[in-house]
Amino acid sequence: MKTEGRQTRPVTAANESMPQSFSGNIGLSQKEDLIFEIGTPRRTGVDLPEPKGTQSRLGGMERQGEIGLPGLTEPQTLRHYVRLSQKNYAIDLGVYPLGSCTMKHNPRLNEKVARMPGFADVHPLQPVQTVQGALEVMSELSDWLITMTNMPAVALTPKAGAHGELCGMMAIRARLDADGQTARRRVLVPESAHGTNPATAVQCGFTVDEIPANAKGRVDMDALRAKLSERSDDIAGIMLTNPNTCGLFENDIIEIADLIHKAGGYFYCDGANFNALVGRVRPGDLGVDAMHINLHKTFSTPHGGGGPGSGPTVLSDALKDFAPVPFVVKTQDGFDLIENADGEAAQSFGRMCVFHGNMGMYTRALSYMMSHGADGLKQATEDAVLNANYVQASLSDVMTPAFDGYCMHEALFDDRFLKDTGVETLDFAKAMIDEGYHPMTMYFPLVVHGAMLIEPTESESKGELDRFIGSMRSLAERAKSGDAESFKAAPVHAPMRRLDETQAARKPVLRWTPPEDTAQAAE
Amino acid sequence: MRYLPLNQNDRNAMLDVIGAQDIDALFNDVPESARLKTLIDLPLHQSEQSVEQWFLRRSNKSVSAASVPFFCGAGAYKHHIPASVDHLIQRSEFLTAYTPYQPEISQGTLQVLFEFQTQVALLTGMDVANASMYDGSTACAEAVVMAGRVTRKKKAVLAAGLHPHYAAATQSVAKFLDIDITQNPCAPSSDADVLSQIDDSTACVVVQSPNVFGEIVDLTPYAEKAHAHKALLIAVFTEPVALAAITPPGHQGADIVVGEGQSIGVGLNFGGPYVGLFACRQKLVRQMPGRVCGQTVDASGKRGFVLTLSTREQHIRREKATSNICTNSGLCALAFTIHMTLLGDAGIKRLAALNHEAACALADRLSAIDGVELVNGTFFNEFTLRLSKPAKPVVDALADHGILGGVPVSRLTCGNDDLLLVAVTETSSDDDMAAFEQALRKIMT
Repeated sequence: MKTEGRQTRPVTAANESMPQSFSGNIGLSQKEDLIFEIGTPRRTGVDLPEPKGTQSRLGGMERQGEIGLPGLTEPQTLRHYVRLSQKNYAIDLGVYPLGSCTMKHNPRLNEKVARMPGFADVHPLQPVQTVQGALEVMSELSDWLITMTNMPAVALTPKAGAHGELCGMMAIRARLDADGQTARRRVLVPESAHGTNPATAVQCGFTVDEIPANAKGRVDMDALRAKLSERSDDIAGIMLTNPNTCGLFENDIIEIADLIHKAGGYFYCDGANFNALVGRVRPGDLGVDAMHINLHKTFSTPHGGGGPGSGPTVLSDALKDFAPVPFVVKTQDGFDLIENADGEAAQSFGRMCVFHGNMGMYTRALSYMMSHGADGLKQATEDAVLNANYVQASLSDVMTPAFDGYCMHEALFDDRFLKDTGVETLDFAKAMIDEGYHPMTMYFPLVVHGAMLIEPTESESKGELDRFIGSMRSLAERAKSGDAESFKAAPVHAPMRRLDETQAARKPVLRWTPPEDTAQAAE
Repeated sequence: MRYLPLNQNDRNAMLDVIGAQDIDALFNDVPESARLKTLIDLPLHQSEQSVEQWFLRRSNKSVSAASVPFFCGAGAYKHHIPASVDHLIQRSEFLTAYTPYQPEISQGTLQVLFEFQTQVALLTGMDVANASMYDGSTACAEAVVMAGRVTRKKKAVLAAGLHPHYAAATQSVAKFLDIDITQNPCAPSSDADVLSQIDDSTACVVVQSPNVFGEIVDLTPYAEKAHAHKALLIAVFTEPVALAAITPPGHQGADIVVGEGQSIGVGLNFGGPYVGLFACRQKLVRQMPGRVCGQTVDASGKRGFVLTLSTREQHIRREKATSNICTNSGLCALAFTIHMTLLGDAGIKRLAALNHEAACALADRLSAIDGVELVNGTFFNEFTLRLSKPAKPVVDALADHGILGGVPVSRLTCGNDDLLLVAVTETSSDDDMAAFEQALRKIMT
């Protein structure tokens, strides 16, 4: 390139007084309107042939008038959604330490295998002889899940963690009903539980009885014994997360299982935190009757901005006959699907969804498991627990761990270190955004004041963690130095400043509507 | 292991900082009896190449829809998906993001959800929609539970044309909540009783259109009867492309509209993941299940979007929540939105017209065969044939001829052995239809 007469060094100048851009863009950060503001109903990004105009057989129910859906051509569509994508934080951009969410690396091999035509382009109701490869993957995934949990059966169909909870609790309810135990309707739920647990119990017709945590962040055994000795003939079971939502292993878990079983109830284990156990502890050795496994947490299927997930649920001998249909069985000639709740599925509580669950997640999760193998899965668990403890140990002098001792896969802090600083957990989280990180889970679990739950996962390198720890230390020190104002203003470097959630909830605007003046002009 | 960045030096250095002797020390809360002493009994790690090959060999054992003349529907439909849809949903920023709980760094996902909710509301003719459910069937079950909350009544009437698996998924949820389901035997044109089953104790009537047999149902009489008894009309659909051709349920008096969004942007995927669509009247919005995205402003006055009305949801309301749903179908909703944006009004109407024309042509060709009778009076892109012999062996024989020739109604757990559901979309060529006709003619004689 010819550089003669062209400046090759930047001019040093103060840029505080730079004018706002005319476009609303700020360099690489592009302002982007809604499709309803940039598209038009007549524009389209697909080329389809002209219909021939044959006589319709819609029975006089033809839709009249415009639907109002704007269209964009392909280049406009690409630009619109790529610009929007750049307003998102993502695992592939940096540390995403959301406690209880397990934001681990999503291998791209998984995306590739899930898109193979024998899995992605087969219809759920094709004749079974034409989908043997897909059924084999489901069967193989079941075998892996059964082996690593040491449980006798697994129901694959639940579509997410909460759906898996529903599956397990419905199986418990169906078993109780089958045994004529219709008075057993009380489910014990620790107050630290994820909100889906009590919501699920109620959706299965149970009532929720909360059990408190002790000073060590575990189930208060005295309170549990007291609840069971007061009355036990109405106990349906317990829903317990392990490791629990404080990131701690419930060390009395075997005794808890015994107590519940002796009381005539069943033990539902929330498997959201299974990433801390794979290859080192098997739920089947703990007395568990049912546990869902979040394939989108532990087994790396992408969170996709809120889903889809998958929540296969392992079941004990006591519950396995009540599993939902459909399920895969091995036969002499290959694999078959049991789709009706009769014959060998006569006791099934029924169906949870229209087809066979989320096949696209089965392929991805199995690809992850096979890549790791027994050795890699155990190593991943150990690295996840090691990373969390490293963060906890490296921050314990400037922040306040909620409980003493080692944590499992996530480190829980409370807000004591922010006392009298004027900075709250929310402000601290928003300041992390300006440091280039996604905030940790905040204000959960509810049993800890101003909770900050950090789950680094095994996917972070030591170098990345050291930078993260450096940022957290610097923020904690800044908060203590009396600089509350900058925390209240944060974030200032994100695509948006803090958003007004109160206004959003008070006067909900949940869809785009044409501005009134344009509507009038059009009339 | 290619996914694990720590090496042994890192691990040792980190254990030193923690002050733990070895990794086992970090697991000391696990009861001794539950500590695994050996590796689990599963194969060891594998290279990317070897895992890929394992899957490819299984994939090759299935017959994919694109590789043969294909006519299956019954709740899942094959349409052409533009290449840009799959490219965009694999953007790291969409694929590897969590639920947008931190709106300042999640505006991409949030604006997509706002666009999605608006598109769903427009397509169904309703006021508002949520940010998606797992699939159409779970959306249907949630709608029935919601109707119970809204009306404080316990009876739900399910029309005969409701997809039997939707009815079953609803039944599973309803039975433990003491919702009394009135289910009609699944058969074409057996809906005569439904209107008379709606009474003052009814919370909702659930009607699918086009129904599971493909018949287009006038929802207006159901809406009128339901409203006269202070009950809600829940309208269900399994093929959203149909709503571009027929009067949408929102214009026929539906109070809640639920359906499957798979056919726009999401592939067949052997049944999932799909995307449940859920729309309702504005006045019911605070009883709606699932996440909702709303418009607001940021501290500098710029328009932005947040998840809102979360006081309905499990993470705030716990046992009093409207549903236990947490994870939904975010990425499939994104695919739906992108595909719908590429189509636009003009595109989806043309797509619908092409589907309907293809179905009309095929229905005429197949019903001209001896022993094959068209059951439907009306249809969109799917219709029911009555065969002079059981449908399942016919479908198996068609598969032997290399044709995926529809879904036997018996597969849907509702008898009717002689009925065959046939769906046709823009992906079926004239040659495909000719091959289907020829093979069916041969099998029926």
